[in-house]
Amino acid sequence: MEKILQVIDLELSFHTFAGEVKAIRGVSFDLHKGETLAIVGESGSGKSVTTKSIMRLLPETSSEFKNGEILFDGKDLTSLPESGMQKIRGKDISMIFQDPMTSLNPTMPIGKQVMEPILKHQKVSKAKAKEVAIELLKMVGIPNAEVRYKMYPHQFSGGQRQRIVIAIALACNPKILIADEPTTALDVTIQAQILELMKDIQKKVDTSIIFITHDLGVVANVADRVAVMYGGRIVEVGTVDEIFYNPQHPYTWGLLSSMPSLDLEEERLYAIPGTPPDLLNPPVGDAFALRSEYALKIDLEQAPPMFQVSDTHYAATWLLHPNAPKVEPPATIIERMKTFRGSRYYEGTDGNLGGEA
Amino acid sequence: MAEKLLEVKNLKQYFNAGKPSEVKAIDDISFDIYRGETFGLVGESGCGKSTTGRTIIRLYDATDGEVLYDGVSVHGNKSKADVKSLNQKMQMIFQDPYASLNPRMKVLDIIAEGLDIHGLVKNAKERKQKVIELLETVGLNKEHAERYPHEFSGGQRQRIGIARALAVNPEFIIADEPISALDVSIQAQVVNLLRDLQKEKGLTYLFIAHDLSMVKYISDRIGVMYFGKLVEMATAEELYKNPMHPYTKSLLSAIPLPDPIYERSRVRTPYNPDDHKYGPDEKVEFREVAPKHFVLCSDKEFEEMKTQLK
Amino acid sequence: MQLDKQQLPPEKFERVVIDTDSAERISKPSLSFWQDAWLRLRKNKAAIVSMVVLVLLVLMALVGPHLNGRSGDVQNLRHANLPPKIPGIEKLGIFNGVGELGGQKLDLYEVKKVDEYYWFGTDGLGRDLFTRLWEGTQISLLIAFIAALIDVVIGVAYGGISGYFGGRTDDVMQRVVEILIGIPTLIVVILMILIMEPGITAIIIAISITGWIGMSRIVRAQILKFKGQEFVLASRTLGASHNRIITKHLLPNILGIVIINTMFTIPSAIFFEAFLSFIGIGLQPPAASLGTLINDGYKVMEFQPYVLLFPALVISILMIAFNLIGDGLRDALDPKMKD
Repeated sequence: MEKILQVIDLELSFHTFAGEVKAIRGVSFDLHKGETLAIVGESGSGKSVTTKSIMRLLPETSSEFKNGEILFDGKDLTSLPESGMQKIRGKDISMIFQDPMTSLNPTMPIGKQVMEPILKHQKVSKAKAKEVAIELLKMVGIPNAEVRYKMYPHQFSGGQRQRIVIAIALACNPKILIADEPTTALDVTIQAQILELMKDIQKKVDTSIIFITHDLGVVANVADRVAVMYGGRIVEVGTVDEIFYNPQHPYTWGLLSSMPSLDLEEERLYAIPGTPPDLLNPPVGDAFALRSEYALKIDLEQAPPMFQVSDTHYAATWLLHPNAPKVEPPATIIERMKTFRGSRYYEGTDGNLGGEA
Repeated sequence: MAEKLLEVKNLKQYFNAGKPSEVKAIDDISFDIYRGETFGLVGESGCGKSTTGRTIIRLYDATDGEVLYDGVSVHGNKSKADVKSLNQKMQMIFQDPYASLNPRMKVLDIIAEGLDIHGLVKNAKERKQKVIELLETVGLNKEHAERYPHEFSGGQRQRIGIARALAVNPEFIIADEPISALDVSIQAQVVNLLRDLQKEKGLTYLFIAHDLSMVKYISDRIGVMYFGKLVEMATAEELYKNPMHPYTKSLLSAIPLPDPIYERSRVRTPYNPDDHKYGPDEKVEFREVAPKHFVLCSDKEFEEMKTQLK
Repeated sequence: MQLDKQQLPPEKFERVVIDTDSAERISKPSLSFWQDAWLRLRKNKAAIVSMVVLVLLVLMALVGPHLNGRSGDVQNLRHANLPPKIPGIEKLGIFNGVGELGGQKLDLYEVKKVDEYYWFGTDGLGRDLFTRLWEGTQISLLIAFIAALIDVVIGVAYGGISGYFGGRTDDVMQRVVEILIGIPTLIVVILMILIMEPGITAIIIAISITGWIGMSRIVRAQILKFKGQEFVLASRTLGASHNRIITKHLLPNILGIVIINTMFTIPSAIFFEAFLSFIGIGLQPPAASLGTLINDGYKVMEFQPYVLLFPALVISILMIAFNLIGDGLRDALDPKMKD
């Protein structure tokens, strides 16, 4: 599979009044052509910062790349001058933000806003740009695009505004679309429509999507691959099935079991105790160990490396080390694992292929 | 479950009533909440669910209709003593853990506010003792009392908000989207805490949310609101198994679940209010299609639904 | 990914029980809003330097008039029009009492046979300018502080009531403000001075009569913002009285903005007083304020620039210092307002 973007060992800090906040502490991942990679994590896990650093949208004065590189199209985006970045932003990589209310300019007709990136990055006439803009608005499902083209953002509903934002992001056929919690501010029914639209569009224009969210339901819906972030690091990465049906990291276990399922009757929800780590003074070793009932001695001393589970599945937990004791995941996780061919709890009928031991 | 604790009767809340900008935030809704149960109220933003909660607790004056708490009307002119006793029995937990705590006050004073207003403690020592007890109830400890809200994480703040509500020993708590601003791993903590407290203290909840999976988990009965109207009300189990109103169906079909295999086959049913095609003389009412299962429907729809159920 | 085969002793892989309470612990020291703001303010060098300068100026305004034992309104015509002469510095070639007399540079102290030192010189009536300068600063600061205080009291009360009670009260009160704002301040002031005897009281009233409007608008906007916040709603559901909501919840939260705004009101009051005195409808001689001193100095600017120099310096430093402190406080108290 063609790698379109490579993030290698990225480290980034913010300088604040209180000191240095190590927001990203060694993040590596690849983005393949045409796939949707979901980055999941809680607020403060570094998921948004990672994508903002790809777009170089962080304030230059307070943020600093400590290490690593972001390779796109043979260039390292961490060291590209601002002028070079401007050619990439909106053309090769574009972004959709969380709040459709604030990501549009309220004083400009929406058609003009869709035309803007086209006129900036492509050598076309105004008439042609307008044509393309109307085409885009139709594609994202704005009815009556020729008429509504001249309307202002406040004349649209939240869901429609997010559609317009998507149209702007798609204006130059970007190779990568970064969606930062694009549906969090929307209602469930609108969210479902936007997710359908994004999947639809991906099929049509064949762009790669990085989808940031904290909602595991949304991840299950849109993602091909999933990276789980915690405390400024990726703790587990794999295909969507691997993450949901054969998770290996205790944090992923916790996340998956803390959601109530609609059909299971549970007495008590599984809750991850405590609060996320303070990245001003990140804990030594595995950042999640302090909240984990599966913590090992070594977790408190040394950060775990990425252990390979399968060709596509990696997890950073000492539990995967050959010397580590075998532990029982929470009951709901075992339920999930039972359905996954290749997990050690697999209850399928294809003989002894299941189970890794 | 037999005793009615709260009765909402034909409640209406119009903002800017009589002006062209009139908004019918709540348009004639009625429901009861029984002692010891959790009643979930779901709907999309702007459907009036939060306004309902706020009107019940007298943050807004109702335009019409009444709310009876333990048989006594909540609205209208009341003596100071009556208002005080209502304030003590009915409490609220808010949505935004960042905006719901006064940033200039110590946690000790935030939690003790109810104690001070209702004169529940005699001296500073007892006050502090009581606050520490409350902090421990919600899983925090006494070191947290002297700190300021900005030092806490979202989940911790929400628990401080719960402790503040618990300080006056309420019977009935309105939880206005208490978890929607929290991270997934923290939501479970807060929901578990609310459940434990309910068991321990026999609390009654009105749980307002837009996250249907959590609502189903915590609620005994659920009401679904759409544009100021209650369109369906049933026990949690029944509502998920046999949703009747097309809006409820559409809402249920839109929730993404953390289950990729299910997600690949999930089909969304869209809802369009025009599909009802109500005639001008059709009476659209809240009717009981099955025991304890109410749906807002016309006569014709009512008959159809009944046959569907059989 | 490559560390897979790293050798680690098996005992490292023992399971440990984590005390989950430790995850609730907050390691940072507890800081109140004001302590936190002070930490931020301390890092703002301009604001700190301005504070030191301001404290020195205020001290001088208090003790300055008594330092050399001369009174500011005693006239000594024999000692008129003397340039500054400061012991010690005189040897450096400046402040040595040399001034122009009939086109020639002469030590005027020798010419007039004066043995005393007038640090900042004397004016045409032989009054000691050093003493007069600090007396003037004192009066200017006094007027500014009182005017700012009145602004705060009226502005906060008016804006607070208007914003908190809202509805019809708010409508009426805002119409009144709009009418007041429509009248040009200078006309009001001139009319005031015509009715009243010119003096400190008249000036203070003149400055305050419309000065509180800006404050009241800011306070009203803040109250409107905070009264809908959930912590105020929570307090209402607990049954808090208006009094409690205002004093415990609203005022502490708007205090920061009020302080910042006051820091900008004071220098504008100083400036307005100076302006009134300069155009001759402010303080009347022999009383000194920075405005009257500048007015005096301006008349003899070409021949005796020192008469203008010192009051102009003091008023400039005061204005800059107050503004820098205001800026620093704004960044410290309300980091979000920075841009």
